[in-house]
Amino acid sequence: MHQAQPKPLVELMGVAQRYGRGARQFTAIQDVNLTIAEGEFVALLGPSGCGKSTLLRIITGLNRPSEGLVRYRGKALEGVNPYATIVFQTFALFPWLTVEENVAVALKARGVADEDARRRAVELIDLVGLDGFEQAYPRELSGGMRQKVGIARALAVDPELLCLDEPFSALDVLSAETLRGEVLELWTGGSLKIRAVLMVSHNIEEAVFMADRIVVMDKNPGRIVAEVPVNLPHPRDRKSDAFAALVARVYAVLAGQTQPEAIEYGTEPGQNGQTRLLPAAAVTALAGLLEQANATDDERDPIAKLQDELGLDLDQLLPLIEAAELLGFARVESGNLILTPLGEAFAEASIQTRKEIFASRLRRLPFFRWMLRMIAAADNQSLRWEVLLTALEPEFPPEVAERQLDIALEWGRYAELFAYDDAEGRFFLEAPVAAVK
Amino acid sequence: MFKPRTFTPAPPAQSLLTRADVWLLLVLIGLLALAIGAAGSAPETVRGPEISLSLSALPFYALRSVGRMALAYALSLLFTLVYGYIAAYNARAERVLIPLLDVLQSVPILSFLPVVLLSLSTILPEAVAVELTAVVLIFTSQVWNMTFAWYQSLTTIPRELREASSIFRFSRWQRFTTLEFPFGALALVWNSMMSWAGGWFFLMAAEIFTLGERDFRLPGLGAFLHTAADAGDLAAIGWGILTLVVVIVVLDQFIWRPLLAWASQFRLEMIERDDDEAQSWFYDLIRQSALAGWAGSLAGRIDRFIARHLSRHPAPDPYLSVASQRSWLGWVMLAASVVVVGWGGWVGSVLLLSVPLAQWGEIVLSVGATMLRVVTAMTIALVWTVPVGVFIGTRPRAAAILQPIVQITASIPATALFPVLVLALLAIPGGLNLAAIALMMLGTQWYILFNVIAGAAAIPQDLRFTSELLQLRGWERWRTLILPGLFPYLITGLITASGGAWNASIVAEYVVFNQQTYQTIGIGAQIAAATAAGDFAGLFAATLAMIVAVVTINRLVWRRLYRLAETKYRME
Repeated sequence: MHQAQPKPLVELMGVAQRYGRGARQFTAIQDVNLTIAEGEFVALLGPSGCGKSTLLRIITGLNRPSEGLVRYRGKALEGVNPYATIVFQTFALFPWLTVEENVAVALKARGVADEDARRRAVELIDLVGLDGFEQAYPRELSGGMRQKVGIARALAVDPELLCLDEPFSALDVLSAETLRGEVLELWTGGSLKIRAVLMVSHNIEEAVFMADRIVVMDKNPGRIVAEVPVNLPHPRDRKSDAFAALVARVYAVLAGQTQPEAIEYGTEPGQNGQTRLLPAAAVTALAGLLEQANATDDERDPIAKLQDELGLDLDQLLPLIEAAELLGFARVESGNLILTPLGEAFAEASIQTRKEIFASRLRRLPFFRWMLRMIAAADNQSLRWEVLLTALEPEFPPEVAERQLDIALEWGRYAELFAYDDAEGRFFLEAPVAAVK
Repeated sequence: MFKPRTFTPAPPAQSLLTRADVWLLLVLIGLLALAIGAAGSAPETVRGPEISLSLSALPFYALRSVGRMALAYALSLLFTLVYGYIAAYNARAERVLIPLLDVLQSVPILSFLPVVLLSLSTILPEAVAVELTAVVLIFTSQVWNMTFAWYQSLTTIPRELREASSIFRFSRWQRFTTLEFPFGALALVWNSMMSWAGGWFFLMAAEIFTLGERDFRLPGLGAFLHTAADAGDLAAIGWGILTLVVVIVVLDQFIWRPLLAWASQFRLEMIERDDDEAQSWFYDLIRQSALAGWAGSLAGRIDRFIARHLSRHPAPDPYLSVASQRSWLGWVMLAASVVVVGWGGWVGSVLLLSVPLAQWGEIVLSVGATMLRVVTAMTIALVWTVPVGVFIGTRPRAAAILQPIVQITASIPATALFPVLVLALLAIPGGLNLAAIALMMLGTQWYILFNVIAGAAAIPQDLRFTSELLQLRGWERWRTLILPGLFPYLITGLITASGGAWNASIVAEYVVFNQQTYQTIGIGAQIAAATAAGDFAGLFAATLAMIVAVVTINRLVWRRLYRLAETKYRME
């Protein structure tokens, strides 16, 4: 990609997307600068909630950014980009149309005569290897075949910019792998008019396998944190050292390094400074991760290997790692997870001891210190859900605040820090009830 | 879990009473007052055409009734598509239109009949006015649930399908034919079937109407049945009901079942499944006929014509409800509603001030009496529909046999049977009271039954197995498994049913039979009697009282139960 300055196809300058107004404003992405040049295959990678899908919708013109400029071939983009097309994660096929009609419908929308649209549709269905299924309905096809229809439909409009929105994440492992190869073949074959590909992904290996450049995003707020060029020739060998090194490098960027406690913890809600968001990690899944890491002889566990062994995707794994760091069960160093003695103790402990360890760690977190103080100070040491939610709202947008309270509820209940009555929507301090018993 | 097989009422609004609600109620009351004011100048005596009781007249009457239904249905469909579309795509309009739907569906339709009739008859020739009134009445009984179902399906189209239709640059027309209409078709057909059944109920009551010296009647099946009961002609009653059942079954087999079979191709689910309900022998037949091919190519030609000439540009925005500027239309509507509230309020207060205090007392008492009747009718309906519905819903084999029988029985409009009921019950003391409760129940129990069947069928298999493993028996099993599972469905059914029962009170509590008037204490009787006596102030006061009662009950009782059903008793 470093040849004689290829022409830029898409340029984003200072793009931001905000929702809501005033105190409840929520920033989905901010300060995004990105150029996609002709001939490039770019992958957008990041944890869920980092705004990569929003960015894709801005680039295709489906969303208008709150700030910044989007240019296509040097001209400001107005409305939906007619030269771009999307292959959707959930395929977005019309269930009541046959395979052929699903492809032809995209052509008809551009005013192609019925007969020509039909002929072109059949050609494309042939191209993606679905000949014989022209008259089938999507519900008769497997996931992989449905996505082939999605690809054929996207190609029907002769796009210059092909956008893939997590196109393989709803497929089983084998179909996904086959389809990746086929998409690459279409792209590198060069017989199509496509000038560039933009793929949203949360699978690191997939990105390294397919893209020329990986744009890594992070959340809160969504932004670009790194760009990693991939200079490996196609076809790429997943087992080669160079491939593994690149995967590890991207993991290291995404998982970050464990910070000193003061920075990891953040401040209490309502105080100055950044309140640390609780990662959306289920306690049982966290225990599973620690057990898995503890089961190996090695002290250092490459995160890529853990992900493989646990069969999780990145969106599920990253919050678990974050939680393990936050609770002091593990450290992250250059793409490796290292259990602390406490983490090892937790992995080996009995059910009741685990709860005690968990509770002692939670009590140190500013979020829980604040929450317990609030409940203890209330009448009868019980507090309504809404009161805590309102108290959090200056800090976070409403949905985030609610999500935080949900996570805190699960963790706190597990650790028996407090009890919760769902019918009344009330938190109670566990201790006095236990004393009565 | 809700399948679109049941009636789709607008859910009760979230807050107790918003400013928009109050304003809408005021506009509505204003319109009502204006219409009643106009009705005061209607002619003093009216004689309708004679209704013949000869059998040879029956096919003609049946045709006339079906024609009225069809016209009203066509209006409803048109209204539904336009209203739902605007509500879904215009956030500003949505804030008014959706609460309005909730208010409109809780208004007692039958109380509007005399008002609509009289005000129309002042501006139109009487025959036209009567026809139009019947059509308007049926329209108002059919339209709300259809509109809400359409609005709901427009707003629940998956985001990625919307984005796909936008990224591939569909025009509005193409988006409608490829995405929106197919997506809503199944819910629209189910609700149309329900609405059509509701339409019969009101048509039977609307074809003959006596207001004091004014005797409005329309040649039709309802008028035939009423006249036959008046004359005590049991044979004619039998033939009339038989004709009605035949008409209903024929329409079901030749129109609704085929439509349902056709619409079932638009299911969104990506799984294959066999669906007995969506089978239609007639649909299979026409699909193989030359007619189908001919109709298909005609539809294709119309589609191409519209795509080429009328709707060529890509539709603007893929998403719904983008906040928009208040347009000039919005200002005009606002101004019009101010005029209606102001003027109507003045006319209305003049009318209300002329109602003596004693009559107000009577009205309050009447509301209480009707409420007792509604509660009784609902209780009796619950007592039999819950066990029967659970029996049918949990046994697929029994359902296969009983479902069609229940459907045909349910499709006979209770108002058609009412004259017979009255004939039988008038002799015993308190007979009209019994007949009124029976009519309320007969007309509305099916909503509950169908919902119970759907709810019982939706109780997850694994919960049923678990309760068996735990050896839950008898009451314990009902309390822990069946009743909580049914609860959301029961509430939906009861909301619709109780609304219908209030409505039915107007024809149930006041009957003219053999030139003699029978009435019992109740708000329906108040409305009917005031109409008959030409007491427009009384009519307005009583109708207002009923609207207030129904809306209050909706907000205080049903809204809470509905929320409870949505949060605590939801099966996920």
